[in-house]
Amino acid sequence: MRRVEAAGLSAWFGPNQVLHEVNVAAEPGTVTAIIGPSGCGKSTLIRCLNRMHEEVRGARVQGKVLFDGMDIYAADVDPVEIRRRIGMVFQRPNPFPTMSILDNAVAGLKLGGTVPRAELAERAERALRSAGLWEEVKDRLREPGGRLSGGQQQRLCIARALAVEPEVVLMDEPASALDPASTLRIEELVQELKERYTVVIVTHNMQQAARVSDWTLFMLYGELVEFGPTSKMFTKPDDQRTEDYVTGRFG
Amino acid sequence: MASTEDPPGRTTGAPLQGRSRLGDRLFAGWTGAIALGLIVLLAGLLVVLSAGGWRVFRAFGPGFFVGTDWNPVGGRESFGALPFIFGTLVTSAIAVVLAGPIAVGLALLLNEVRGWIRNPLASFVDLLAAIPSVVYGLWGLFVLKPLFDRTIEPALQATLGKVPVLGAVFRGNVNGPDLFTAGVILAVMILPIVTAVSREVVAVVPRDLREAALAVGATRYEAIRMAVLPYARSGIVGATMLGLGRALGETIAVSMVVGNVPKIGTSVFEAGATIPSWIASSFREATSVGLHRSALLALAVVLVMLAFVLAVASRLLVRRTERLLAGRTVERPATSVVAL
Amino acid sequence: MIAETSRPVFRVAGRRRVKDRAFTVFLWACAIMAMIPLAFITFYVVSRGYRALSVSFFTKVPAGPLDPQAGGIAQAFIGSGLIVGLAALFSIPLGISTAVYLAEYGRGRFAGAVRLVAEVLLSTPSIVAGAFIWAVVVIAMKRFSALAGALSLTVLMWPVIARATEEVLRLVPQELREAALALGVPRWKVIVRVVVPTAGAGIVTAVMLAVARGLGETAPILLTALGNDFINTNPLQPTDAVPLRVYAYARTPVEALHSFAWGGALMLLVTVLVLSIGARALSSRQQKRIA
Repeated sequence: MRRVEAAGLSAWFGPNQVLHEVNVAAEPGTVTAIIGPSGCGKSTLIRCLNRMHEEVRGARVQGKVLFDGMDIYAADVDPVEIRRRIGMVFQRPNPFPTMSILDNAVAGLKLGGTVPRAELAERAERALRSAGLWEEVKDRLREPGGRLSGGQQQRLCIARALAVEPEVVLMDEPASALDPASTLRIEELVQELKERYTVVIVTHNMQQAARVSDWTLFMLYGELVEFGPTSKMFTKPDDQRTEDYVTGRFG
Repeated sequence: MASTEDPPGRTTGAPLQGRSRLGDRLFAGWTGAIALGLIVLLAGLLVVLSAGGWRVFRAFGPGFFVGTDWNPVGGRESFGALPFIFGTLVTSAIAVVLAGPIAVGLALLLNEVRGWIRNPLASFVDLLAAIPSVVYGLWGLFVLKPLFDRTIEPALQATLGKVPVLGAVFRGNVNGPDLFTAGVILAVMILPIVTAVSREVVAVVPRDLREAALAVGATRYEAIRMAVLPYARSGIVGATMLGLGRALGETIAVSMVVGNVPKIGTSVFEAGATIPSWIASSFREATSVGLHRSALLALAVVLVMLAFVLAVASRLLVRRTERLLAGRTVERPATSVVAL
Repeated sequence: MIAETSRPVFRVAGRRRVKDRAFTVFLWACAIMAMIPLAFITFYVVSRGYRALSVSFFTKVPAGPLDPQAGGIAQAFIGSGLIVGLAALFSIPLGISTAVYLAEYGRGRFAGAVRLVAEVLLSTPSIVAGAFIWAVVVIAMKRFSALAGALSLTVLMWPVIARATEEVLRLVPQELREAALALGVPRWKVIVRVVVPTAGAGIVTAVMLAVARGLGETAPILLTALGNDFINTNPLQPTDAVPLRVYAYARTPVEALHSFAWGGALMLLVTVLVLSIGARALSSRQQKRIA
């Protein structure tokens, strides 16, 4: 696992600037949470970390994102390779509808084409175990991915992201579309994942951020307001705005 | 415990650009080239037809459009397309006059009706679009024409034929192939598309306008007249033009019942010919010598121009309905109806 | 059913009520008038066509003038298969590629132009497509051929497949594309291995509709494939097709062959309806799947 860091990162959608010179670092073996009210740019920030932001028409990025010291926005860098090494889990579970559970889990490997078929089953099992889904699906690997419940589908998507063996896992509000029991399961999973990956998680749920993360970044209107250890951010933050937000005075 | 060791085989260092970029470029280029091919196809079609027809335009000039004599015999060649333009216009006009009101009525009905009847009814109308034109022609030739010759046409002659001035259109011998039968078959054939587009146009008018009218005590008829038709009117005319465009291009069904005689008659019960029916029936004799082939291609050009103008006009009219309704877009009807 | 405005106390003035009633009658009359031809045609095609169906109808070629009933139109069925098969072979990859471009890459004026061209081609009279290929291929090759017939159908089928497939590709949710991209899959593979397969059934629907159209067309292949009394499997020779045969037999003075025309019409009708209805059923299943 590696360190990922944003340095002076700004981003635009067409003429609208949505990120203003953000600096943040996520250390290996930790969970970094990004919190803030709706529209503050947290999703945009996380999508800049694996070069997904630029897939939107008219999107633009300035500044650097350092992946273990190397700028992923440098001219000769291949975004496709970056995305293999910096994985992402989305807000709504999105397993591929035409594929079975097994195929979904190893979709990244199959589409990448470099892993021999004999190895795929083993990699699938490993990924599904890491996502805490193996026991529930091991007898029905050939069923379509869409048959699972919402929480299971999301864990399948996590397995899918883990199967390509990234070094960083980005999670954009991974539990917001799920019921409370599944949410809890995902939060437990995040704690397990941090042992092997660098985890960055966007959440609109402050309590969730307080529960799962080691570091927290608070954003407002596209700007970094405060970045620090979670315990400090939620008890004695430096910035008044941070204190107002975490105590619920706005947002 | 946090571990930063790499598993064996993991690539380190800057991931360089390369294969995937190339793959993306090739793929985008390939699909773009094929998309371009479609444009090239249309351009080629227009160029080939115009180039082919050019010789006859040059030889006869505007006379091609207004001349009435069509004689491909070498040495006494004369190509005047007016009889076919006339036949095309007359049969299409009959088709639109008959199909238009029915299509609008159907469109309004399908928009008003709820419950079990709606989908089957709509599907049946769409099925009319699926019937191949040669089947329409066969039925028209062996079933409709004899029926018309014996019943409808004499009836029309006896009633509308007596009306002064207008009645002249219904004179003449009712037996044999004629423009009227062709027009009626065309009406059935264009009904699905005019209905489908009219339905979409009517559906776009927001329900609240209608319901507001009902709420002040209007009858359903009045509500539709006040709150739906004024907005939908241009779109409906557009739908009708689309039907007209379809009617002018219909070849086989018309060819089987119209008689293919290059003349301009005074009665709809006389035989005639339309542009496409004539192309179909005379292409075999078009040898490479002389202007005959060029003349047929010129006819095809005229047809393309007419269809194109109508399609554009229809688009603009449907847009007008969209504008009146402040930006709501009319959905295009299912491809199956438009294409067939 | 149609909602009635119920006014228990007041009554609408007589004239207005009459107009409303008349209007309702008119609407339903339109429905009936639309259904009559459908019923009429189906009835005649089925009743007259059914009599012509026999084993020899499907397996023999036209017999001599002495006993026309003994033959069949086998060559027309084979020919239709050949011509439409070739046309599908050409137009399916062309149509899908065009659709992929429009749905995945197409923004801006070039894509707009392609869409406009597709629409123009869709509303072009089919005989014009025939005339075009006649002028180019038939004249150049100095003969009519199944290949020319297939090319003229391709002109018509390509935009149908392109337009319908583009619609289906657009329906594939953006999040699937993003999920695949986020796994480190290059764009082109995302399209080919995720988007297109997800749209799968919808593409099959588009192809079925295009093939239904191709099978029923007469005018373009009249000008390009011409027809043939014998079985022909050589794409470079004139070839028969079912619609051509129906057209020819409808106009022949030999009465005995008229029933063959009805038989051919019945087969056309059944095939085209099965394809159209099948396409519709498949399409609604696909929509439920993706939602």
